[in-house]
Amino acid sequence: MQFFGGSEISPSPPVPTASGNNAHMIYVFNRNGVCLLYREWNRPLHTLNAQQDHKLMFGLLFSLKSLTAKMDPTNLDKGNLGVPQLPGQGCSFHSFRTNTYKLSFMETPSGIKIILVTHPRTGDLRDSLKYIYNLYVEYVAKNPLYTPGTPIRCDLFDTTLDQYVRSIA
Amino acid sequence: MAAIYSLYIINKSGGLIFYKDYGSSGRMDTNDSLRVASLWHSMHAISQQLSPTTGCQGIELLEADTFDLHCFQSLTGTKFFVVSEPGTQHMDNLLKVIYELYTDYVLKNPFYEMEMPIRCDLFDINLTQAIQKDRVALLGR
Repeated sequence: MQFFGGSEISPSPPVPTASGNNAHMIYVFNRNGVCLLYREWNRPLHTLNAQQDHKLMFGLLFSLKSLTAKMDPTNLDKGNLGVPQLPGQGCSFHSFRTNTYKLSFMETPSGIKIILVTHPRTGDLRDSLKYIYNLYVEYVAKNPLYTPGTPIRCDLFDTTLDQYVRSIA
Repeated sequence: MAAIYSLYIINKSGGLIFYKDYGSSGRMDTNDSLRVASLWHSMHAISQQLSPTTGCQGIELLEADTFDLHCFQSLTGTKFFVVSEPGTQHMDNLLKVIYELYTDYVLKNPFYEMEMPIRCDLFDINLTQAIQKDRVALLGR
């Protein structure tokens, strides 16, 4: 697992991979599983209420991470399935695709998880997620009025995020 | 370096009915492979619930840091998935070929009981041939 070593604070946004608006939704979780941010742009189907939906999403990511850590074919000693792992430890995953959507996932060293759900034919979004993390650092983490671990309420972050996500997907 | 690390077949209730390893390091024991298979079954089902649009049929491709997992679900709910090197091409075709072998050599075997572990020599032999790397490359043509 590689964390980004670059020291640039806000690099220029990565080149858009497609044009048009095909992002469905974004989730941001902290390391305790609290949903800090949920936004949706295009989601016709809701199967659960919001809270259950966030819990299910966090559970899916958590379990998929323990699955990939256990399956890792390049690692000799992987421990048992479901052993708790620190962010960056063990083999993680960066995206999965179904016939109706693609989910891109990034975990930062502090355990913030950023999840972007887009159209299934979207390209690699790892750089875009890093850029969204940069937005988070700039507009949320550096905001003196923000209490860590609480849902993000920051207009500037919301508008910048909206603008950026519309440009990538 | 192997292009394919392992192959799993799970029945419609999430039980592992076939597992073959093609040289991943730190081989999983029987219990681990059973657990991983049923975990995949549930993750596949949950991913359908979280879909933003209707008609989701579960995860087709999982891209991890060190491997890709390609999954194919047949109409009857049997799931086939291969763990391969990142960026391996033509895995969808390979899965369809494996499905074909399964229907030919397993389902048409009068001694095979549905949903039970697969023990068919002919299936093993043909599978080994299909998985050989050069054959996989040919499928892309």
